[in-house]
Amino acid sequence: MLIKKGAEANLYLEDWHGRRVVVKRRLSKKYRVPKLDKEIRFHRTIHEPQHIHKAKEAGVPTPTIFMIDTVETTIVMEFIEGKQVKQILDDLPSEERQRLCRHIGELIGRLHNHGIIHSDLTTSNMILTPQGRVFFVDFGLSERSMEVEARGVDLHLMKRAFQSTHYRHAKECFDAVIKGYTRVVGDSVAKEVLEKIGEIERRGRYVSER
Amino acid sequence: MGIESTADDFSVGILSFDGKVLANVISAYVPEKGGIHPREAARHHAEVAGKVLAEAFQKAGIKPRDIHVVAFSQGPGLGPCLRTGATAARALASYLGVPLVGVNHCVAHIEIGKLVAGAVDPVTLYVSGGNTIVSAFEAGRYRVFGETLDIAVGNCLDVFAREAGLHEREGMPPGALVEQLASRGQKLIPLPYTVKGMDLSFSGFLTAAVQLLRERKHNLEDLCFSLQEVAFSMLTEVTERALAHTEKPEVLLTGGVAANRRLQSMLESVAEEHNARFCVVPKQYALDNGAMIAWAGILAYQHHVTVPLEKSFVKLKWRLDEVPVPWIGG
Repeated sequence: MLIKKGAEANLYLEDWHGRRVVVKRRLSKKYRVPKLDKEIRFHRTIHEPQHIHKAKEAGVPTPTIFMIDTVETTIVMEFIEGKQVKQILDDLPSEERQRLCRHIGELIGRLHNHGIIHSDLTTSNMILTPQGRVFFVDFGLSERSMEVEARGVDLHLMKRAFQSTHYRHAKECFDAVIKGYTRVVGDSVAKEVLEKIGEIERRGRYVSER
Repeated sequence: MGIESTADDFSVGILSFDGKVLANVISAYVPEKGGIHPREAARHHAEVAGKVLAEAFQKAGIKPRDIHVVAFSQGPGLGPCLRTGATAARALASYLGVPLVGVNHCVAHIEIGKLVAGAVDPVTLYVSGGNTIVSAFEAGRYRVFGETLDIAVGNCLDVFAREAGLHEREGMPPGALVEQLASRGQKLIPLPYTVKGMDLSFSGFLTAAVQLLRERKHNLEDLCFSLQEVAFSMLTEVTERALAHTEKPEVLLTGGVAANRRLQSMLESVAEEHNARFCVVPKQYALDNGAMIAWAGILAYQHHVTVPLEKSFVKLKWRLDEVPVPWIGG
C-alpha cells in the first residue's frame, strides 16, 4: 500500500515475513538523464542505511533496516508507529511543545556530535511514538561532516521548516531546539553554530538588515 | 503604471485595472565586459528613463494624466538601480498627484505569471540571475519553501558562460548561449549535486564547473550539457518536493531562466507525475519587466496598500515571505 509519494521516493507499507515494514523505493525520474538518475538513486540507497545506523550509535532513534536492494534501489525498514511531529506540534500546549522541541534539539546535537548532518530536518521527518520517543527518519540527503558550516546549514533548515510550516510558533520552537542542542553540544560549540546560522542568513537573502 | 529597475533592466509597464497590458517597454543594460556593475546599470537606467517612459505612453496611447497609480519595484535588488527607479516613480506620482505603491519584485513575478499563464494557486519556481526561489501561497503570504543558500542559478550560468568566453549580446543572454551549446552535448561529467531539504547551493557547483573548464579535458558542449542537467535536476527535485508537500494543483515557472527549454521539459514532467498543470510565463513577462510591477501595484492598490512618499525608501533585501498579500482570499 502506497503511504507516501515523495519527491525522491515512494513509501509503501507492506507485510514482510510477518512484520509491518516500510518499503522505500527510489523510482527512476523521467526528467533526469539516465546516468545521473542512476547515480543519485544508487548513492542515496547505499548511504541512507549507513547514516541511519550511525544515528543509532549516536543515540538517536531511527528505524531498523532489514534489507537493501541496490538494483531496485529499495530499502526495507521498520515501520515506526506514531505521529509525525508536523501533525501535532501546533496543537500541543505551549509547555509541551517546548519540551518536545528541546528534545528534538538534543537529538540533533547527538547527530552533530557524531559527525552526522541530516540535511532534511523538517517536522515531517520526525515521528513521535505513543511511548514518547522521537524517531528521526529520511536520511536520504544526509552526509558526514564535523564542520560548523554544515551544522549551521542543518539547523538553519530546521528553523526554516518551523517558519514555513509552523509559522505561529516558529520562534518558540526554534529557541527550544537551540536550548536542547546547547545542552548536548556544549556552550562553545552551540555559540559557534549559532553565529554560523547568522552568517548563513546574512549571506543569502534571509534578512533585510546587514 | 509600473516601473522596474531592480537589476540590469529598466522597464515601464502600463496596465488597465482589469489586467490588460497596454505597454511593456524594456531597456536592458548590456555590460561591455563582465557582470552587472550596479553603478553603471543605474547610470543606464537614468539615461533611458525618459525615453522608455515616453515610449510606454505612446504604445499605450495614453497621456500621463490618465495614470491613476504609480507602482515601482521597492526591492529586493541592487541599491543604485532600485533608487533610480524609485526616484522616477516618486517624481511622477507627486507630479501627477496619484498614489504610490512599493512593490516586492518577487511577488510581482508570481502575480504576472498567474495573470498571463492562467495559474490560480501554483507552486512557483522563480529562477533568474538574482533569485532562485520555490514558493507557494499559504496563510496570507507567499511562503518560501526552498531557495538558494548562496548564488542564484542564473548567476551561476552567467558566470560560467563568461568564464568560457561566450559573449552575450542584446537578445542573447549568457544562459541562452549555454543552452545552445548544451543541446549538442552528450556526455555527463560529474558535478556536485547539492540539495539540502528544499534548499540548494550553487557556489561549490560553479567552482567545480569552472575548474573543469580550466582543465580543458572536456569539450564545452559536454560541460554545458552537464551543467544544465545537474543544476536543473536539483531545481526540479526541490520543486517536486514542494509540490508533494503542498499538493498544489499547478506548477508555475518564471524568471529569466524560465526561457530554457530543457528546464521547462523537466518541470513539465514532474507536474504531470503529480497531476498538476504546468504553466510557463512567456519571456517578455518572465524577464524583469514593468508590466509585472504595474499588475502587482494594481492588486495592492485595490487593497489599499500604498506607500507615502516619505516612507518609500528602497529595501535591498526585502524577502518574498515578508510581504502580506491581502488580495488572495482564504
